[in-house]
Amino acid sequence: MSNSSILKSSIAKKYWMALTGLFLCTFLIGHLLGNLQLIFIDGEEGRRAFNEYAYFMTHNPAIKILSYLTYISILFHAVDGFILTVQNKKARPVNYAVNNPGPTSSTPARYMAVLGTLILVFIATHMANFWWKVKFSQEIPLHTYKIESKQEMNIPKGQSFYYTQVPSIQPIPKDTNTLEEKGTAIYYKNTNIKIADCYIDLHKVVMAFFGKSNPNGIFGVLFYVLSMLVLAFHLWHGFASAFQSLGVNHAKWTPIIKNLGKGFAIIVPLLFALIPILIYLNN
Amino acid sequence: MAAKTINITLKIWRQKNSKAKGELKSYALENVSTDSSFLEMLDQLNEELLTKKEEPVAFDHDCREGICGSCSLYINGRAHGPETGTTTCQLHMRKFKDGENIYIEPWRSAAFPIIKDLIVDRSAFDRIQQVGGFISVNTSGKTMEANAIPIPKSDADKAFEAAACIGCGACVATCKNGSAMLFVGAKVSQYALLPQGKVEAKQRVQNMVRQMDEEGFGNCSNTGACEIECPKGISLENIARMNREFLFSAITSDK
Ligand code: HEM
Ligand code: SF4
Ligand code: FES
Repeated sequence: MSNSSILKSSIAKKYWMALTGLFLCTFLIGHLLGNLQLIFIDGEEGRRAFNEYAYFMTHNPAIKILSYLTYISILFHAVDGFILTVQNKKARPVNYAVNNPGPTSSTPARYMAVLGTLILVFIATHMANFWWKVKFSQEIPLHTYKIESKQEMNIPKGQSFYYTQVPSIQPIPKDTNTLEEKGTAIYYKNTNIKIADCYIDLHKVVMAFFGKSNPNGIFGVLFYVLSMLVLAFHLWHGFASAFQSLGVNHAKWTPIIKNLGKGFAIIVPLLFALIPILIYLNN
Repeated sequence: MAAKTINITLKIWRQKNSKAKGELKSYALENVSTDSSFLEMLDQLNEELLTKKEEPVAFDHDCREGICGSCSLYINGRAHGPETGTTTCQLHMRKFKDGENIYIEPWRSAAFPIIKDLIVDRSAFDRIQQVGGFISVNTSGKTMEANAIPIPKSDADKAFEAAACIGCGACVATCKNGSAMLFVGAKVSQYALLPQGKVEAKQRVQNMVRQMDEEGFGNCSNTGACEIECPKGISLENIARMNREFLFSAITSDK
């Protein structure tokens, strides 16, 4: 009995909902801190910092495990949420002719499934915008940057370089006659001999996506900002709700958790929303 | 002091039996004393219907003093009407204005099928109680002195508060998911908090939750509407306690 009850019972489904939801909340913090580099570090330094971070996030084995956990959580949370919603609709097949739920519950609490579905649409779009491009598209520029030529190094002025990840390898002059880019690495042309890893210039892609120099940039900004508003409403109820689902309801702690949840629901989506807005204004 | 009277229009759900298709029917009712209770107002309507040889409106009631949990009306979009902390029988007509339209519907939940008009079948609650809402005490005549086991005052108070549930079903009626978590949470807590109830606690929570799910009640979205509409002030704390009890028992019990 317990074997199935831990997966199938109404309460167990809420445990899974809460655990995946809270895991996604911690994901949001990490994702936010990484992405704030886009607006808080300027110029070449910011570009480098962000691309290095993106490289780290896609190559570090521990991060890879975390990112798979995140994908699984999103899927599980969405599927579980869908099952719950279908069952809940079945449990109340006939609506009241007149219903006045306003005084008894908050609006976000009653629209979690709608809000969640909108978030899912956002996640799919967001991944198509950036993640898919990085993983599968060949169109992404590699991060090369110009080094001020110093006489002693005999480097011609204005020469482009690959900025490489391996410390022992110096910046490599970009010479398309002898080198070739495959994925995140540079090879000797027509060989399998890898010279170095080099960064995908995700920073540039992001700037081009949201910048006002892109005629569609404003639509991207609007969509992302509105999606963050949706996320804010989802978290407004969701954060504290998850603790209740996990059985945490305490005279002393619950008021603190509720306030923490509301703070989280405002601050995290607000900071996320600032990123496309500031990029739009500055690019 | 002469009692004030009001004229109202009632929109009442009429449904011949569980299979028939129901509909909202409109009734004009005049000279309703604001001192009368909501159920007395319905009595007044039924008397008028009877003199007109029409079928009276069927609704549940018994004690009419807020302790039995029989009365169950969804009034103007709220379980037990616009007040909080009261049952329908404790609601008075002074809460309504002259000329007001008052919508009266039965509890709506798949697990509470309509029997007739405003009466729903709440035996699903009884079946949940039957699988765990008790303690197995041998009544052989050698009953133990009740005060022999010391119980912390705060636990006793919480168990007592949970035991105040009258099984009216307002929590299910107001919940957008038709969820019975507040009722079951109260029943599980009432025993889980006391030493006599702890003996069977693990099995109790599993059995009651399973029965609740089988009856077709929805899941909890923690909207908190039940806690606000509950006439007995049963707190969400009881749902959290049930969730803890459930996890603990699922992990530690043999079955
Ligand atoms: C970063 C994204 C997300 C975060 C941080 C998040 C977080 C949460 C949290 C903390 C809860 C409360 C869990 C509980 O009540 O125990 C919740 C509930 C919910 N989430 Fe999400 N969520 C996210 C995305 C989604 C998505 C993509 C969907 C669906 C497609 C979704 C659907 C739902 C639903 C339906 C509920 C309510 C479940 C119920 O009423 O019982 N969420 N979410
Ligand atoms: S918990 Fe409250 S609303 Fe639900 S059945 Fe018990 S008394 Fe009625
Ligand atoms: S009739 Fe008994 S509680 Fe209302």
